[in-house]
Amino acid sequence: MKKPGVKDLYIGAVIINPPTSLTNKTGSWRVIRPVIDQDRCIRCRICWAYCPDAAILELDQPYEAGGKKYSITYVVNYDYCKGCGICAAECPVKAIKMIPEVEKL
Amino acid sequence: MSMNKVLEKKLLEPLSGNHAVAYAVRDCDVDVISAYPITPQTTIVEKLAEFVASGELDAEFLHVESEHSALSAAIGAAASGARAFTATSSQGLALMYEVLFIASGMRIPMVMALVTRALSAPINIWNDHSDLMASQDTGWIQLVSTNNQEAYDFIIIGYKLSEREDVMLPVMVALDGYIQSHTIEPVQLEDPEKVRKFVPKKKRPVTLDPEKPVSFGTLGDPDWYYEFKIQQAEALERAYQAYKEVSSEFSQYFGRSYEPFQILYGEDSDAILVVLGAHTGTFLKAVEMARREGMKIGLGVIRMLRPFPPEVSKYLSQYSFIGVADKAINFGSASGSYLTNDIATSLYLEGASSRITTYIYGIGGRPVKIEDALYVVRHLWRISKRLEEVPKKPVFVGVRY
Ligand code: SF4
Ligand code: SF4
Repeated sequence: MKKPGVKDLYIGAVIINPPTSLTNKTGSWRVIRPVIDQDRCIRCRICWAYCPDAAILELDQPYEAGGKKYSITYVVNYDYCKGCGICAAECPVKAIKMIPEVEKL
Repeated sequence: MSMNKVLEKKLLEPLSGNHAVAYAVRDCDVDVISAYPITPQTTIVEKLAEFVASGELDAEFLHVESEHSALSAAIGAAASGARAFTATSSQGLALMYEVLFIASGMRIPMVMALVTRALSAPINIWNDHSDLMASQDTGWIQLVSTNNQEAYDFIIIGYKLSEREDVMLPVMVALDGYIQSHTIEPVQLEDPEKVRKFVPKKKRPVTLDPEKPVSFGTLGDPDWYYEFKIQQAEALERAYQAYKEVSSEFSQYFGRSYEPFQILYGEDSDAILVVLGAHTGTFLKAVEMARREGMKIGLGVIRMLRPFPPEVSKYLSQYSFIGVADKAINFGSASGSYLTNDIATSLYLEGASSRITTYIYGIGGRPVKIEDALYVVRHLWRISKRLEEVPKKPVFVGVRY
C-alpha cells in the first residue's frame, strides 16, 4: 500500500488519529529490564510516578508480603518499558533490579 | 467628500506605531498575549496590559521569562484554538530563532509584531532591518509596514490571512523601531465590532482539546518529514494569493488596500529604486524632488517580504537599471544584501538582464536624512544614464572610512 503523501497527511505533523503510540511498542528498544521484587516493594508508587513511559502499571491485585497485606500490585508493562532504569534508581527500598536482556551484557 | 460623509468618518487618532499595533490586537479580540519586554517593542505589550487590566480586552496576559518562552507560550495557546499574539525586537527575535521554525512547521496561526532593531554586537537599540532580514527564511509570512496606519491594518489582515485553512502559518508584521514605534502619526482606528466581523473567530477543525485528543509537536522521521515540509512550502506559496484576497476584502470593509509590491512613478522612469519599511516615505520624497530636477526615477515598495511576491520580477524586468535600498548587511553573501539577493534571483529566473545597484543605509540607526535618500536617487539616475558604472559591491550610504 502506498504511504500517505503531501496531499493526504494532516498538516503540521499533527496526529489526529490517536493513540498511535499504542501500536509503537517501544519495549523492543530495551537492553536491560526492570524486575520488581514484590516481597520488598512497599507500594509507595514512586516508580509509577517517575516512569517516563507510563510503563509501570498499578493493578488492583492483593498481595501479602512480610506479614503486610496490600490491595495493589505494581508490574512493568514490557511492551512499552524502554529499560531506562529510572524506576530502579528512584525506588526507596531498592525493590527493582535491572537485568540484562542478553546474557553478554 | 460631502459634509455628511466627513462627519460619518471618525476622527483620526494620534498614535505611535506601537500603540497602533496594540489597538489592532485589541480590535481583533486576541485571547492570549505572551509578553516579554524588549526595546523598542515594550510599549506594545504595556499598552495591551492596560487594555487587559481595564477590561477593554478580555485576554490572558502571560508574563513569561524570555522571548523563547513568549513564542512557545503563544504557540501552545494557538494550538489550543486561541487567537494568540506576541511582539519582539532584535535580540528577542534572535532568542526565538529555533521556535520561529517550530511555529511555522507546526502550522500555527498567530501574529507577532516585530519592531525592527539592529542586532548585537556591538549593542545597539536603534533601528535597522538586520533582525527582520535574518528571519526571512523561518517559514513565516512577513508583512512590512511603511507607516503606523499600515502597522494597524497589517495586524488585522495578518490574523485573517494566518487563520485561513489554506494558509495556517504564522504572520510577522514588521514596523521600524522608533521611526514608527515611537513616532506619533494620525491613524484611522476602525470600529472594533466591524474589525471582529472582518476577522471572525472560527473553531478550527483540529486543536488541542481533551474531548478530542490529538498530538502536536510530533516526531517526523525520514519516512514522513519531507512530506510535511513540502506541505509547508506550498502553503507559504499559497499565502501570496490568499493575501491578495484578504487585502481586497479588507479594502471593501475599510477602504484601504496594500499591494504586495507597488511601483510609484513607474511609467516613464529610467530606473526603479526598491525600498521597504519606514524610510519608504523618505525615499519617495527624494524621488519626487529628483523628478522635479528631471531625473526619471521610480519607486518600488515591497510590503510582503515572505512569500516573495512574484510580481517583483515581472515588473522590474521591464527596467534596465534597478536600485535596491537595504537597511541590513547580509554578511558574506553574493551581493551583501538580503533584498538584492532575492531580487537578483527572481530577475534571473525571469530571464531578465536588468542591472542592480545595492545601497545599504541606516545601519544601527544611523539617521537617514533627505540628503542621503537624494544621494541614492541621484546615483541611481547617473547609472541609468551610463554616467557611472554599476558597482559590484553595495554602496554604503553615509559610512565613514
Ligand atoms: S525502566 Fe524506565 S521505562 Fe521501564 S519501567 Fe522503569 S522507568 Fe519505566
Ligand atoms: S518504587 Fe519500589 S517500593 Fe515503591 S512502588 Fe515501586 S517498586 Fe514498590
